[in-house]
Amino acid sequence: MLRVDITKQLGEFSLEASFESQGRVTGLFGASGAGKTSLINIIAGLLRPDRGTIALDGDVLDDTSTRIHVPPHRRRIGYVFQDARLFPHLDVRQNLDYGRRMNRLAEDPAQHTRVTELLDIGHLLDRRPGQLSGGERQRVALGRALLSKPRLLLLDEPLGSLDESRKVEILPYLVRLRDEGIPMVYVSHDAAELRQLATQIVMLQRGRVTALGGVKVLT
Amino acid sequence: MSEISPAEWTAILLSVRVAVIATLVATPFGIALAWLLARRDFWGKAVVDAAIHLPLVLPPVVTGYLLLLTFGRRGLVGAWLADHLGIVFAFRWTGAALACGVMSFPLLVRPIRLSIEAIDRRLEQAAGTLGAAPWRVFATVTLPLALPGVLAGMVLGFAKAIGEFGATITFVSNIPGETQTISSAIYSLIQTPDGDTAAARLVIISIVIAMGALIASEWFARRALRRLHGN
Repeated sequence: MLRVDITKQLGEFSLEASFESQGRVTGLFGASGAGKTSLINIIAGLLRPDRGTIALDGDVLDDTSTRIHVPPHRRRIGYVFQDARLFPHLDVRQNLDYGRRMNRLAEDPAQHTRVTELLDIGHLLDRRPGQLSGGERQRVALGRALLSKPRLLLLDEPLGSLDESRKVEILPYLVRLRDEGIPMVYVSHDAAELRQLATQIVMLQRGRVTALGGVKVLT
Repeated sequence: MSEISPAEWTAILLSVRVAVIATLVATPFGIALAWLLARRDFWGKAVVDAAIHLPLVLPPVVTGYLLLLTFGRRGLVGAWLADHLGIVFAFRWTGAALACGVMSFPLLVRPIRLSIEAIDRRLEQAAGTLGAAPWRVFATVTLPLALPGVLAGMVLGFAKAIGEFGATITFVSNIPGETQTISSAIYSLIQTPDGDTAAARLVIISIVIAMGALIASEWFARRALRRLHGN
């Protein structure tokens, strides 16, 4: 379970969010500029809240009153960025293996095979990120985050930088990913996308949570 | 243009040894400082930045004299190093390497700093979310992506070090076989009657070394760009 109760001032913009999510896929819905990315950056530990707490499965990750701030690399929270952010100096295989190495996890060939099959990236392993299409890059980024065995997966508009036909190409993979059972927070401004993927919705407007509940709140 | 004489060979090999040692020892310090200047804000940053560039704008004879005062036998640091670690710089080839290292340091640091500044910090953030502690982010993402810049800085620093003259001759004099580099050998030769041909040979050799270094540096810079685009 993810529990968020924070405030953060970013220049003129103020973010004040409080919610709990039990759902397997929490859809963070809102227009651009609503504070969605700032909010998941706080959950990932890339931004520090001015005040408040973040807890995951009872584990406190941020608590400003007791000055707790677990750095991103100790949170075991995977993050799929809108722009993939694959390491350009590593090939796809090394990109996929990066999280396992950094977390000093044992090799897990079964998991590796399952993820590469799930995302259909087995034939790309020897390529460099510069030789991939946008959709392929995003699938590798998904695989890379998954293989670090996170407790929670954050996805920041993973389809945002893709055109319509590419979106249709990736969406089924995301549905498969959801059925893998790793809890996810999925950020999007696209209600249709969230209706397909999310089990619970947090609606964000100008830095405030304006609605909580099932996908029905998207109507 | 006859054969290169043994004395000239000695000067050439000494120059290469001095420049190689100076570059290799200076590089880790150069990387650390380049990273600090590129990625950290700290009190006195402008002063540190200026101090690194000082040898570029000071008359080399001033830098050499300051080195003599600091690292000479009776210098504050020089006396301590000689007494405690047995390292002597004054009138030794090690002193020539120190002078060359200091003089080439700004040229070494600059390309490294630029290449670190050019790295997308969001890649380092991504590495963090994948479980990499800050020092491992540096070792696995920052440094490999900056590597072409590091090599370019090393080549440029090497080229500067091998041609250094003013600070070296002021600090460690011009002793054949010990501190007489190509530059000081040329200086001696053009003051000797009939030294012109030998001087010309050494001049051509230094031009070849400098050109080679510049071309290599350019090649590394272009590789850096390609690497950052991930092709």
